[in-house]
Amino acid sequence: MEKMSRVTTALGSSALTGRTMHCHLDAPANAISVCRDAAQVVVAGRSIFKIFAIEEEQFVEKLNLRVGRKPSLNLSCADVVWHQMDENLLATAATNGVVVTWNLGRPSRNKQDQLFTEHKRTVNKVCFHPTEAHVLLSGSQDGFMKCFDLRRKDSVSTFSGQSESVRDVQFSIRDYFTFASTFENGNVQLWDIRRPDRCERMFTAHNGPVFCCDWHPEDRGWLATGGRDKMVKVWDMTTHRAKEMHCVQTIASVARVKWRPECRHHLATCSMMVDHNIYVWDVRRPFVPAAMFEEHRDVTTGIAWRHPHDPSFLLSGSKDSTLCQHLFRDASQPVEHANPEGLCYGLFGDLAFAAKESLVAAESGRKPYTGDRRHPIFFKRKLDPAEPFSGLASSALSVFEIEPGGGSMSWFVDTAERYALTGRPLAELCDHNAKVARELGRNQVAQTWTMLRIIYCSSGLMPSANLNHSVGKGSSCGLPLMNSFNLKDMAPGLGSETRLDRSKGDTRSDTVLLDSSATLITNEDNEETEGSDVPTDYLLGDVEGEEDELYPLDPEHAHPEESEYVLPQEAFPLRHEIVDTPSGPEHLQDKADSPHVSGSEADAASLAPVDSSFSLLSISHALYDSRLPADFFSVLVCDMLRFYAEQGDVQMAVSVLIVLGERVRKDIDEQTQEHWYTSYIDLLQRFRLWNVSNQVVKLSTSQAVSCLNQASTTLHVNCSHCKRPMSSRGWVCDRCHRCASMCAVCHHVVKGLFVWCQGCSHGGHLQHIMKWLEGSTHCPAGCGHLCEYS
Amino acid sequence: KQDKRIRVSQPLTRGPSAFIPEKEVVRANTVDERTNFLVEEYSTSGRLDNITQVMSLHTQYLESFLRSQFYMLRMDGPLPLPYRHYIAIMAAARHQCSYLINMHVDEFLKTGGIAEWLNGLEYVPQRLKNLNEINKLLAHRPWLITKEHIQKLVKTGENNWSLPELVHAVVLLAHYHALASFVFGSGINPERDPEISNGFRIISVNNFCVCDLANDNNIENASLTGNNFGIVDSLSELEALMERMKRLQEEREDEEASQEEMTTRFEKEKKESLFVVSGDTFHSFPHSDFEDDMIVTSDVSRYIEDPGFGYEDFARRGEEHLPTFRAQDYTWENHGFSLVNRLYSDIGHLLDEKFRMVYNLTYNTMATHEDVDTTTLRRALFNYVHCMFGIRYDDYDYGEVNQLLERSLKVYIKTVTCYPERTTKRMYDSYWRQFKHSEKVHVNLLLMEARMQAELLYALRAITRHLT
Repeated sequence: MEKMSRVTTALGSSALTGRTMHCHLDAPANAISVCRDAAQVVVAGRSIFKIFAIEEEQFVEKLNLRVGRKPSLNLSCADVVWHQMDENLLATAATNGVVVTWNLGRPSRNKQDQLFTEHKRTVNKVCFHPTEAHVLLSGSQDGFMKCFDLRRKDSVSTFSGQSESVRDVQFSIRDYFTFASTFENGNVQLWDIRRPDRCERMFTAHNGPVFCCDWHPEDRGWLATGGRDKMVKVWDMTTHRAKEMHCVQTIASVARVKWRPECRHHLATCSMMVDHNIYVWDVRRPFVPAAMFEEHRDVTTGIAWRHPHDPSFLLSGSKDSTLCQHLFRDASQPVEHANPEGLCYGLFGDLAFAAKESLVAAESGRKPYTGDRRHPIFFKRKLDPAEPFSGLASSALSVFEIEPGGGSMSWFVDTAERYALTGRPLAELCDHNAKVARELGRNQVAQTWTMLRIIYCSSGLMPSANLNHSVGKGSSCGLPLMNSFNLKDMAPGLGSETRLDRSKGDTRSDTVLLDSSATLITNEDNEETEGSDVPTDYLLGDVEGEEDELYPLDPEHAHPEESEYVLPQEAFPLRHEIVDTPSGPEHLQDKADSPHVSGSEADAASLAPVDSSFSLLSISHALYDSRLPADFFSVLVCDMLRFYAEQGDVQMAVSVLIVLGERVRKDIDEQTQEHWYTSYIDLLQRFRLWNVSNQVVKLSTSQAVSCLNQASTTLHVNCSHCKRPMSSRGWVCDRCHRCASMCAVCHHVVKGLFVWCQGCSHGGHLQHIMKWLEGSTHCPAGCGHLCEYS
Repeated sequence: KQDKRIRVSQPLTRGPSAFIPEKEVVRANTVDERTNFLVEEYSTSGRLDNITQVMSLHTQYLESFLRSQFYMLRMDGPLPLPYRHYIAIMAAARHQCSYLINMHVDEFLKTGGIAEWLNGLEYVPQRLKNLNEINKLLAHRPWLITKEHIQKLVKTGENNWSLPELVHAVVLLAHYHALASFVFGSGINPERDPEISNGFRIISVNNFCVCDLANDNNIENASLTGNNFGIVDSLSELEALMERMKRLQEEREDEEASQEEMTTRFEKEKKESLFVVSGDTFHSFPHSDFEDDMIVTSDVSRYIEDPGFGYEDFARRGEEHLPTFRAQDYTWENHGFSLVNRLYSDIGHLLDEKFRMVYNLTYNTMATHEDVDTTTLRRALFNYVHCMFGIRYDDYDYGEVNQLLERSLKVYIKTVTCYPERTTKRMYDSYWRQFKHSEKVHVNLLLMEARMQAELLYALRAITRHLT
């Protein structure tokens, strides 16, 4: 108390002034300490030991304590501390285990006072008693702490932590006899200075070494500790058991921690590695630092508040050989840049929204969330004044509940499940979807589908400009099945045919040019054509009628026309279908080096191509009908899609996008499309419509989206014999060299789909088991179990 | 010459090690359920290999060893599995350790590696080839690694390494360099049953056998036949050693050594380590053996570049003027751990546990004596290894090394850590005659971990410098 009042008066007489500044040292610093007059700072390191005066504008070197011809290891400091009662007294901890005291009052050049060589290993920390003039404490790598009386030559008492490496020792500011020590193994111990035989209390504070600790200057029994586990914890020691009160998660291991004077909840930290900044945290707000100092270019090794009663000056020393004074008002404040709003859906569709109170108050008046068009569901708004961070930032939390019954999303699920997106001619798709919408009572949507059908499919309404093509159209309409087979056969030869087909595409666009160039080409712009010309291969299917004349034309039609060629884009989605999807099964087959490929696998392999050919069909067919009107209406249709998306019905937007395919895609920018797709997929997944969502992913043309279903496709299996994970292949165990999954019917290894009975756990190839169970009810393995297959 | 090679191709002794009688190891094994459990849990090859058998003399350590090895080979990590094994092969090849190479050739293929890579370095992607430089330095002169080496690897480009990948690779390299030391130091025999002969296995047996035989043949001209062969002598040796340890522990620093003195002691130890082996190697490697060596290495050399690059005494490079690595400025606990764990999560904890384990492992026995505090001895071994790599502890008096480690032991340490491929049974036998084999294995574990830590410290320091 006495000390406190004295210091306060010191401050009162001359308030601190200064600015953010730094000065260069000759060598990296390991630690710094401030004199109690707040006008001097000592910097110590492996090859530096100097005192600087802190002046208004700069640091001035006052004294170099490293004297002597041959600098000895005693001067290689790991830590330094300035006595808070005596301006002339300093102590350093040397890396070779020596504790040295320095008396600035000595007349000679060498200020070294006493040398204690009792520790066997590096001394990590020294600490003076806050009020007692002659008591010094040290903690060393050898696991011992020693208390020295500076009037004697040897230590007064030795405390054994019964463990390796003491990392920090700190006298309690409030309790005369108490000190805390932290250890490499994560423990913190409390000692009574009078009882060296055993510690008063011990608890595990961190996972891994506890590098530092600091007693709260005012609150009795508050101890902050920082560890290698990147955490700062604040403990209350007054209770029976040390209680963790706050925990701050930083981004790197914490090397030093210091409470900020006059700010009850603030503390400053710096890190041991990687991160060079100094942070000031409000412990009640553990995720965002209250202030951040970014001056240093290498790790900060020492921090000290300049005056015990002034919260705005922080001094720091660093490995980058600089000494800095930071002013609080110059600090950057990450809070300012943080996004103060939060939004989250609850399990049952409730929506919670948290924002700054002022923001909510201001906005709730003029823009009610309840009626927001963005949410087709009706919400009841209920304002809960949330528990605010006292004094820091208060935010309000609003919770929106679904009105019982009214806010059901069943229409969404139904629609998603029943919509047809592909696999049929456009007209049928539109009709089907319109019907679905009507049945669900969504007449506007139904109307939209019908209109789409009229716009794109009804050949009767087509302008006469395209007469010569209507013939071809008729024929291809009639032959959907045949087409699909053609395409399937073609799939493997894809590479070789590309060129050929491209030129075919070209020729066709030519013919188009011939008849109606004027109307058609006007608003086709053609940056994209180049990208999409390759996949045009599959146009082959629908140009059948003209095939014969077209082939010979190949050589003449080279790239010059590309800029004008219009239609091939429509084949774009197909490329994805065929190139991407089969890669799964192919991969599988590559790995299956045994000749026994079961029926199911063969199916799996061929499934994708068949599928894709269907989609091909629908689009290639539609291709014809759409040609002219697409340009007339596309602007309108795009507006319509945007309207739906704006309204929150992203389902509609995406469905139409998929169904219409290339007809509208080019008019909407990639990003918007991607955004719609991801939103829709997200919604679908929240409703657990996995199949639909996967279909959408598959049908999407955007790279970013279509790669979604190719991530984490691995299924990890364990060996049935040794229970270890099988890392390289799914059917042979690396460890026991046995085949893990045998088919109970054919006794071969199952490499593809494996089905097994949950009762007796026997199983095998899907096909085999199915066949077996048609004829028998017992398990094929002969275990006598009555297996069921459903 | 011909018949020598024929004799070489049969293991000299049965059992997992050529140095340790089979019954020593087996006796320990049969009682040990724990080992079998550990092997089940963590072994990648799925069986009890010779390394594990020898290590199982120290089950406590074995667990942390296998756990960390399993983690770096099999668990989540930035590098694909075949890469990991290939890096292990590259590392082992630096010391011509055919045992480890064969082991990982098998695993490389099993994890789906491309067989063509095994034809040599010309067949691997440039990216892996780029690791060569750092592999070479790390294995033989880690103090030469600078941030420029790191920069070259991570520099954006076609074949660049991301930092996590690089850290993973560095950990693997250091692990396998150190493990090669253990293999040679403990005379691990080749696995008895090479089940798959895939053409990539290196057919020769371990080099030490070659040296061994050579030494046995010309026993009369081997210089190491010291005069202290008698049991009486070695007994008194042991007594003297214990006496010295006790003295060091009890009254510390009767005469206050000045700082200069301490520095000179470190320098002296460094210098002395220089003479320690050079003389012996000359004698234990008559010219004929060197030729043999060449034949053997030719198989291995396809995995390495610049095979002539080897350990050079840290002390000798006075003119280059590389500063001594001050251990306190970059410690494993403070710095190394944080970095490694940040870039390759969890490995830090595993390595930390392993280092701690090996450093603190003790049974409080020395040969026939019990209740001995071996701390000083263990610390001397650990620090001596670091000393040879130029790492100095401010708080250690290197005079202790001189008092505690006899010359033949120093020869052994130096050989095992710096050029393990030259280790001979003679070296292994010639130190600490009274000690049990398990204690010598313990020494090997210490040497191995100290070496690994030294390599890691240099590599991680370079990475840290690159980051700042």
